[in-house]
Amino acid sequence: MILIHCPYCDEKRPEIEFANAGQAHIARPLDPSGQSDAEWEAYLFIRANPRGRHHERWRHIHGCGRFFNAVRDTVTDKFETTYKAGEPRR
Amino acid sequence: MSGFRLETGGRIDRSQPVTFSFDGKTYTGFAGDSLASALLANGVMLFGRSFKYHRPRGLVAAGSEEPNALISVNRGPGRFTPNLRATGVEIHDGLKAFSQNRWPSLAMDFGAINDRLGMFFPAGFYNKTFMWPRSFWDKVYEPAIRKMAGLGDAPTAEDPDVYASTYAHCDLLIIGAGPAGIDAALGAMDTNKRIVLMDEQDELGGGALADPALWPWLERSVKALTDAANVTILTRTTAFGYYHDNFIGAVQRLTDHRPENEDTPREKLWRIRAGEVVLAQGAIERPLVFDGNDTPGVMLSSAAKVYANRYGVAVGKTPALMASHDSGWHDVFALAKAGVGISAIIDVRESVDSALMLEAERLGIPVYLNHGVVGVNGRHNVSAVDICDYGNQRVHRVNTDALLMAGGWTPSVHLWSHSKGSLKWRDELGAYVPDLPNENVVCVGGCSGDWDFGTGAVIDMLPTPKDQSRIKAFVDFQNDVTAKDIKLAVREGFRSIEHIKRYTTNGMATDQGKTSNLNGLQIASSALDKPVPDIGLTSFRPPYTPQTFGALAGHAKGALFQPTRTTNIDSWAQAHGAVFELVAQWRRARYFPKAGENMHAAVNRECVAVRSSVGIFDASTLGKIEVVGPDAAEFLNRMYTNPWKALEPGRCRYGLLLKEDGFITDDGVSARLAPDRFHLTTTTGGAARVLNMMEDYLQTEWPDLDVWLTSTTEQYAVIALQGPNARKVLEPLVEGIDLSAEAFPHMAIREGTICGIETRLFRVSFTGELGFEINVPTAYGRAVWEQLMAQGAQYDITPYGTEAMHVLRAEKGFIIVGQDTDGTVTPFDAGLDWAVGKKKPDFVGKRSMARPDIVAPGRKQLIGLLTDDPNVVLEEGAQIVADPKQPIPMTMIGHVTSSYWSEALGRSIAMALVAGGHDMTGGTLHIPMPGKTHSAKVSGVVFYDPEGARLHV
Ligand SMILES: [Zn+2]
Repeated sequence: MILIHCPYCDEKRPEIEFANAGQAHIARPLDPSGQSDAEWEAYLFIRANPRGRHHERWRHIHGCGRFFNAVRDTVTDKFETTYKAGEPRR
Repeated sequence: MSGFRLETGGRIDRSQPVTFSFDGKTYTGFAGDSLASALLANGVMLFGRSFKYHRPRGLVAAGSEEPNALISVNRGPGRFTPNLRATGVEIHDGLKAFSQNRWPSLAMDFGAINDRLGMFFPAGFYNKTFMWPRSFWDKVYEPAIRKMAGLGDAPTAEDPDVYASTYAHCDLLIIGAGPAGIDAALGAMDTNKRIVLMDEQDELGGGALADPALWPWLERSVKALTDAANVTILTRTTAFGYYHDNFIGAVQRLTDHRPENEDTPREKLWRIRAGEVVLAQGAIERPLVFDGNDTPGVMLSSAAKVYANRYGVAVGKTPALMASHDSGWHDVFALAKAGVGISAIIDVRESVDSALMLEAERLGIPVYLNHGVVGVNGRHNVSAVDICDYGNQRVHRVNTDALLMAGGWTPSVHLWSHSKGSLKWRDELGAYVPDLPNENVVCVGGCSGDWDFGTGAVIDMLPTPKDQSRIKAFVDFQNDVTAKDIKLAVREGFRSIEHIKRYTTNGMATDQGKTSNLNGLQIASSALDKPVPDIGLTSFRPPYTPQTFGALAGHAKGALFQPTRTTNIDSWAQAHGAVFELVAQWRRARYFPKAGENMHAAVNRECVAVRSSVGIFDASTLGKIEVVGPDAAEFLNRMYTNPWKALEPGRCRYGLLLKEDGFITDDGVSARLAPDRFHLTTTTGGAARVLNMMEDYLQTEWPDLDVWLTSTTEQYAVIALQGPNARKVLEPLVEGIDLSAEAFPHMAIREGTICGIETRLFRVSFTGELGFEINVPTAYGRAVWEQLMAQGAQYDITPYGTEAMHVLRAEKGFIIVGQDTDGTVTPFDAGLDWAVGKKKPDFVGKRSMARPDIVAPGRKQLIGLLTDDPNVVLEEGAQIVADPKQPIPMTMIGHVTSSYWSEALGRSIAMALVAGGHDMTGGTLHIPMPGKTHSAKVSGVVFYDPEGARLHV
């Protein structure tokens, strides 16, 4: 069971306290009605599936409840870093 | 000849005889014996029949790598454990053990015909032969093969034992308590580290248990470690898996070694998080591959030493050694010292260390260098071996009653591999050893390739002048894989060891190839003429040895499999004979049958009561979220399809929640208590999901909004009071709220007290009748319920369950999210256009409502169905077709989502999702069901009181 560092609690806690919340840094468009069908499709459905570094969102759902971002290697399943929501991509 | 108990020696307690049985026959051993050593001491050499060929098999090893001696233990009703290794079963008085995979008996087995037909069972035989025709596999081949080829019987009765589990944390976890593991523990003992030392055996010592010269050291060391306050010692504990971040799973066997079944846990699952791990799992001796190497009496030389020195048992009167490694010589010297006569030392090498030769000469043991065994005589036990002089290819016979194999050593890198540590090949060992770690872990001792057993030659199999197609030289004893099978796989084009493994099943048995992987690799390497590292290595995966489902499940079975959530009113329902159902982990009353009533009768009565007088319903499971803050209305306006900003305090609104893809995900009635405070309700199953979704938007998309979300699902008991007499029941109990229709209209909320308890009183209806939902602090739920029952007695107040609730809501066309929707239904599909705020610039899911797929014609839409035969209640889930006469397979255009008998209407009603359904009103559709195809007219979904006159009273 992986240990994940919650950037809000500033503690490494067991994986079962967390829930994955999909790819990170996909901001909801400020004006969805101004989006073309293709743009909206890309926002809704198109996701990266990298081999290696992957930016994803996690929620410390059974802890502080906060959503945060993480960089995880999809090959080794190791977390490189975690950081608070709203902070720049690492 | 066969095994026997030596006069002296061993760590067994000869003052404590132990009586046990094997296949119904009674034997005696001593405290400290394993089942294997005790049977061996009684001359038993035949332990089982092999998996495929039903060949007679005896012990190969003395430890957990044993591939052959799989037995079952029966500890009484429900306590039957198959596939245990006899080498790991401690005997106790009354132990009942049984051999497996034999019929009618171990000595006379009909399945052995497979052995004589062996030429018809090559690698891939099952895949090639039995896969066609497909129907024969399920009905004919598989049952027959299962009967003949198999492991022990699966237990049939429920396991009455209990299993414990625990989490533990330590600074240093040492796995394996042989000399290397004990040294690691002694070395760290004087630090302030919390240390756990575990070993799968019943006592610490590992290899030292078979070396009397080390016993004084062992005794001192164990005492020192036992006395150390910071060291936890776990024996009979198998570390079966190594997971991320030094998380180790282990099972401790607590009671199986004791005579009585006790009222304590049988096994304990340990989940240990360690700062640092030391792996000291040791190494496993490799068998040699030659014709007849599976004959009972052929075993690992290190095992023979364990039986002699640890258990005081000789494996034969005159064992011979077949070696390619020095360690076998040391083993037979130790046997000689323990009083066992050695008939011969045969070594494939042309020369060995002169010290070995001198010692053999001193002990008077005949030595045959540059020789190899090419045949084994005897079926149920070795009687002689044929050895070949590789110098002149002459074969001669050596009489012996046991043959010991010393083929070198394989480091136990199983857990290291679980942890994703890398391996490197060492030619001189003919083995993979740990290379780079992936966790904070080190390997010490035998499992790191570090041993002082001397050196050896690395060979694939013993050379033989015999016709290769006529011999059976086994590589994987448990899965009956021979060297010939591996060569065949290579001839048939398999190149990767991963493919060779799967085609031959080498290493795929319950022992995961502990004794066979490296020999298989060497043989494949020779056949492919490529170095071993070039053909790959198969992965080791947990568990290291098989573990019980009981230990892994722990308490999570039966009623404790998952939590059952109950409301404060649940105990009342239980006392009043409710029939329950589980809804998203909640136990909910489904209906309240009176004496003699079936479900149909009870539900009809409950429905009639609501429509004619008053019914009472426990709605406490509704999800509830308190939304508070200056931006609460703005937040809800962005989340829900409906407009919220204009909603006045004191009023309620039906909220429809979409996901960003435009599909309905939840709904519920919510109330505005104050400008900055809302009381939301969600579906029972959706509560956690909706809160998560709202938190997601609030935290990550709109962090500027000043809003707080709190789950209050479990803070309120909710009692729905529904029916024309609902107000009359409520009025005498409520204070501070004017209940009149004018002062308290439909879809309003008021705060006051009921029976003196503060309440949030909703005037809402999921039935179409005058209705209230009474929210009180959870602890008062049952008390208020009972007051309402007493007050309602004069109106024959009737408790109703979820089934009547479903009928009543369906009569009104109210959807259940997740039943009448399936994650692909838009508000328009569901006929809920009215709940979408057309003027709102944005809300979650709005943009998707203009997606090309969602505006395209032919979408499935929610409709009502009235069967032409009013007595037919359609099956929920039944498929719908336009033309029942079309050829099969018919084009299915939708399905029934809700279907009930409506007592109020005196006929059946149904809802369905049908492609283009909104344009079919008045048309006829057909529903094929078992026995008959039914026809139904398409209607709207509101079947009862379409004007809503009954609500506004
Ligand atoms: Zn946290």
